[in-house]
Amino acid sequence: MYGKKVKLRALFILILIISLILTVFLVLKSLEKNVVYFISPSEIKSLSEINKKKIRVGGMVKENSIKIDNKVINFIITDFEDEINVTYSGIVPNLFQENKGVVAEGFLKDRNYFEAEKILAKHDENYMPPNLDKKRKEK
Amino acid sequence: MIFNFIGNYSLLLSLITSLSLLVIILINIKSLDDKLDYKIKNLIFFQFFFVLVSFLSLIILFIISEFSNLTVYNNSHTTKPLFYKISGTWGNHEGSLLLWLLILTFSIFLYFLFAKKRSNNEKFYTIIIQQIIIIGFSIFTIKTSNPFDLINPTPLNGLGLNPILQDPILAVHPPILYLGYVSTSIIFASSLASLMVSKVDNNWAKHIKNWVFFSWIFLTAGILLGSIWAYYELGWGGFWFWDPVENVSLMPWLSLTALIHCILVLEKRDTLKSWSIILSISTFTLSVCGTFLVRSGILNSVHTFANDPDRGLYILIFLFFLIFASIIIFFIYENKLKNTKVAFGILTKESSILMNNWFVMYFLAVILVGTIYPIFLEVISNHKISVGPPFFNKLIIPFLIPFLIFMSIGPNFNWIKNVKFKNKIPLIFFLILNIIIAFLILKNIGEAKLNLTLLLAASIYLFFTTFKDLIKKTKFKNYSQQISHFGFALLILSIVMNAVLSREITTNLKVGEEINFNDNKIKFENIEINDVKNYKKLTAFFTIQENSSNFLFKPEIRIYNQPVIITSEADIKTNIFMDRFLVINLIKEDYEYFNVRYQEKPLMIWIWLSVLLIIFGGLSNLLIKNEK
Repeated sequence: MYGKKVKLRALFILILIISLILTVFLVLKSLEKNVVYFISPSEIKSLSEINKKKIRVGGMVKENSIKIDNKVINFIITDFEDEINVTYSGIVPNLFQENKGVVAEGFLKDRNYFEAEKILAKHDENYMPPNLDKKRKEK
Repeated sequence: MIFNFIGNYSLLLSLITSLSLLVIILINIKSLDDKLDYKIKNLIFFQFFFVLVSFLSLIILFIISEFSNLTVYNNSHTTKPLFYKISGTWGNHEGSLLLWLLILTFSIFLYFLFAKKRSNNEKFYTIIIQQIIIIGFSIFTIKTSNPFDLINPTPLNGLGLNPILQDPILAVHPPILYLGYVSTSIIFASSLASLMVSKVDNNWAKHIKNWVFFSWIFLTAGILLGSIWAYYELGWGGFWFWDPVENVSLMPWLSLTALIHCILVLEKRDTLKSWSIILSISTFTLSVCGTFLVRSGILNSVHTFANDPDRGLYILIFLFFLIFASIIIFFIYENKLKNTKVAFGILTKESSILMNNWFVMYFLAVILVGTIYPIFLEVISNHKISVGPPFFNKLIIPFLIPFLIFMSIGPNFNWIKNVKFKNKIPLIFFLILNIIIAFLILKNIGEAKLNLTLLLAASIYLFFTTFKDLIKKTKFKNYSQQISHFGFALLILSIVMNAVLSREITTNLKVGEEINFNDNKIKFENIEINDVKNYKKLTAFFTIQENSSNFLFKPEIRIYNQPVIITSEADIKTNIFMDRFLVINLIKEDYEYFNVRYQEKPLMIWIWLSVLLIIFGGLSNLLIKNEK
């Protein structure tokens, strides 16, 4: 009924549409899985349940809270309302210091304990995680 | 003071020149003839000259440390070495915009010199479009980020340049990257102009091809430099982090790479016209988009110089203006394009190029979504998220496999005519052989996953086919393409092997302690503290015992005084097989425990060398005209 050319073109468009839908689906699916949310210590306290998803915690490294041994670095992240204990084994960025802003990526063990996989460097000596600057000034 | 004055007014003069250029062309739009040519040429030269004078004045202000200038005050310091005083000129927001303007005007000047054979209409339309871009950026520079703003009273000393930027590679990285970024404006302007005068044909392709290669070479080199810098200076030992600022440079690169292949089809076969125009538009738009994201302060990184919402808004508006204007022009004139009717079969060069173009577009889309989505989400829902490497790896690697296979086979196809399937059966056998080889290699290392096996097989396959093409003697030899493709194969292979074979250990050590790592013994021998010109230097001494050989590593920590910033200088021992990378960091200022990371990174040097090969391939196309 239809010519060979028309059929070929229809097939081509069909393949194009299918692959497009597949692509969008794939992208959205893996976005859902690989997105990391940013949470502050006080938000952690008010979490209703602790899930196993990777998160980022941001705040300030509390003064005199850094404890080091061969394997791990322990410290406390505070947002001036609540705080959370962080344990980390790995390299810290150059800007990691007490009383400076920090962002840790990892998993929550319970409401007081966070296991970091990565400490992020924000190449800016004045960097503050979002919202924290405001809170600090209020204090 | 005098240089501040010269710089400032020179910048204003260049804006006036742009406006008068625009007016002159628009008045004479009905009869664009050769008489106008001379006038325009002079004006374009003066425009370039004015911006150059302005730029040089800023450099001089930096050299003489004239702190009455706000830009110099914010970014320089008297104790800084001369070299970094000069590079400080473009190491900040205002100066880098001036550099952007300089390259914009330089490109149009260069374009005019090399476009003698193009029709008057096309030439002048190109100039109009380029002038609109120049005027946009001039006003932006003068209004929101004038590098010649003054500060009163004059401070005694400046605030200094972020020490992390005080690095020879990073001093040249911005100009090179900018040459790539900004010269894409010519491709954008010229493609729209030729579309408007219906001259999108193989002649145009031949002409614009040089610009495409020019931009591409510099963009590639710029990305390479940034990547090398990140490798040794940021102290992570990685070379690509899928960081948004890296992504925004990769996106125009991908688009430009697709365009290179398209332009070649257009030149040879006079087809894929609309597609070439779309790629030209998207390349430049992505460049401006990158500037917007990086400069607006939305992305927090070393590239963010100032968080000023006005600046972001201005670039955003300008970006939307460019996108809409170019889309409108495209749709008005698109139907006038006459593609020469050439039906091509599925197993032809055209098809494989088109196919790989789509793959590249897919990669670009993934990166675009991964980069933009977090920003959107934050604006819409106030959730702060980040999209990390797993997202990109998962979506890109599976599609990289067919991409590499197409890239291996594609160049062996002919134009127009299908290849006989029978002739290519050995290629398929060879592919299967490679899958087995890859599987055996990975099995040996203990990482025999399906995805990885196929990826390694595809990259080995590409490596051998491109190598075979490179050494094979044929009548028409396209060295440029073969060198670049071989370089790309080497790059992918090195990256895959590097990812699979890298080993590392991270620990905290006191002076005198030691630790075992595989068969090596790492010992922290000593630490030395010295005062250098503008920083305090902590040099650590490590010995690493590997089998019977001993390596001495001297990583450093530098504590800069102006501004106060700590940086780590990794000690890297490079040979052709692997890099040994040791970096330390201060955790607390009691100098007791140090954060130590030791990495063995196989084939690192080949990653850099292969990119150089890719660039060299492009360069040979630009410089050597051996066609026909």
